[in-house]
Amino acid sequence: MGSTSWNLIRGYTILVYLFMFTPIIVVMLLSFNSSQFGSFPMEGVSFRWFVELWNNDAITRAFRISLALGALTALLSSTFGVLASLALVRYDFPGKQSLSTLLIAPILVPEVVLAVALLLFLRWLEVHKSFFLLLLGHVIFTLPFVILVVQARLVGIRREYEEAAQSLGASPIQTFFQITLPLLLPAVFAGFLFAFTISFDDITGTLFWKPGGIETVPTQIFAMLRNSISPEINALGTVMIIVTVALPLLGAAIARRFGSASSE
Amino acid sequence: MADKVAVKLDGIVKRFGGFVAVYEMNLEIREGEFVTFLGPSGCGKTTTLRMVAGLLDPSNGDILVHDKRVNDLPIHKRNLGLVFQNYALFPHKSIFDNVAFGLKYRDVSKEELKKRVTDALELVQLPHTADRYPAQLSGGQQQRVALARAIVIQPEVLLLDEPLSALDANLRENMRVELKRIQDQLGITTIFVTHDQAEALAMSDRIVVMSDGRVEQVGSPQEVYTSPSSLFVAQFLGNSNILSGRLDSKNGALSVYVDGLDSIQVDPKQLKDFRDGDSVALVIRAEKLTLGEAKQDEDHATQLTGHVDAVDYQGQAARYFVTAGGHSLQAFNQIDQQPVKEGTDVHIRIRARDCVLLEPEA
Repeated sequence: MGSTSWNLIRGYTILVYLFMFTPIIVVMLLSFNSSQFGSFPMEGVSFRWFVELWNNDAITRAFRISLALGALTALLSSTFGVLASLALVRYDFPGKQSLSTLLIAPILVPEVVLAVALLLFLRWLEVHKSFFLLLLGHVIFTLPFVILVVQARLVGIRREYEEAAQSLGASPIQTFFQITLPLLLPAVFAGFLFAFTISFDDITGTLFWKPGGIETVPTQIFAMLRNSISPEINALGTVMIIVTVALPLLGAAIARRFGSASSE
Repeated sequence: MADKVAVKLDGIVKRFGGFVAVYEMNLEIREGEFVTFLGPSGCGKTTTLRMVAGLLDPSNGDILVHDKRVNDLPIHKRNLGLVFQNYALFPHKSIFDNVAFGLKYRDVSKEELKKRVTDALELVQLPHTADRYPAQLSGGQQQRVALARAIVIQPEVLLLDEPLSALDANLRENMRVELKRIQDQLGITTIFVTHDQAEALAMSDRIVVMSDGRVEQVGSPQEVYTSPSSLFVAQFLGNSNILSGRLDSKNGALSVYVDGLDSIQVDPKQLKDFRDGDSVALVIRAEKLTLGEAKQDEDHATQLTGHVDAVDYQGQAARYFVTAGGHSLQAFNQIDQQPVKEGTDVHIRIRARDCVLLEPEA
């Protein structure tokens, strides 16, 4: 291929990335703008909107709810995900294939469909919307990610480790905590972070499932946008971006430390 | 060696769906004995070992360890030492913790635990590795640690599943000697699974030759090698020439008539249940066929004439591919001065006592 075609490809790629990231960068830049109106040119740099964010009760409440929801979702998803993966990888039982498909299905079905379906199902059961229902929805939705990551790792852990541990006198449960779980930990950790960030970011399902009076950060932003475009939203967006980008990076770094510590 | 039975397999059968992996198997292993299950892959040797270990349930029959039926005892309560082909050291635990693992589930004080782990590492000649991790050790070292981990719990039986197969050739021979030394020193009852006949012959007190889920022969390495009880055993161990012929017994002398060759003299002890005129398979080990340029007169030996088609020169010895009377034969002879040259005519000497008679293949 000639150098002109390479240059074309290079230019095209740069344009694609610009198109994707410019809005994000604009939001982050404008969040430091001191002016009331979110537009260029920026008048000065200030943390004013972050301070206002901090003092906005609705937003801090939404933030706390999102954190709690994300953490609980991640905890439940990784627990169930590990158990489901163990069953799917280590044991044979009738209907294994169907169960596997069923557990992965939530990422194949459009989120809106899943959201409406769960809502209708619970209405049919005459269960009212609640924080618990919201949590349940998030767990169903994030479980496939945990299962996929954990399953992949579990397949790579040879059964001999577990067999050796048991031959030495460890019961199956002791074997799980002494051998399987420690070897699985990087994947469990990755799954946990996945579940957290997905839950923290989610808006579609949350809009359907959340009970009145409860707002998560994404639904709060959504609600604020309906009234006016306040620079506070830029600041909130910046915080969201930092949280969702920094967490996985931090997780990867910790996982690397774990990995190198055991192989050094 | 005490005559106490350490392990008894009483008619054990293993079926996987419609496939029978192990047909009714009976075996008694004495205290302190080193028994090898030898056979090609898929012969049921590993399946049998895994049943003894408690990793598989037999479909039928009983497994007894020191006269106690262990069929329903889960693996972690059996007190057996297990060593795998791929070492299976816990990668996230130090060598010390790997070896100490089994002792944590036993009533052992801290001081004793430390002492026993240290002793075990010394026994396998790796006393300075306690603080390291498995990935920092070579394959051979890892296998020694795996052995230390298995014996430190003072198991009733040591089960070795192809423990040398993952090592390279030189190391394998060293480990073979090492393993046998440790086994002798501890006097521990051992079941060893391998497909490598050299390992089996070198290490075992008794060999159980298996094929297609059945036991073909049980015997000392020498018995199995010199008096195979079936064509499978004759072919699996060493290089054998197998000729089919008809038995001819006249006035106490025994010989086999083979098409295209003379009658071949056979030791009368080989008669067993055969009768005059029976079809038999005549088995002669390649190293028992002696090639010579001149005909020597000798009793109790048969002389054949043949032609050397190919020579596989191996330094101190050579393998010859010979045709005699339309039969292809292999001879494996030490080289005195010069190997016999390709394309020459030779005399082949077969001693009567080196011939083994077996049932011909159905």
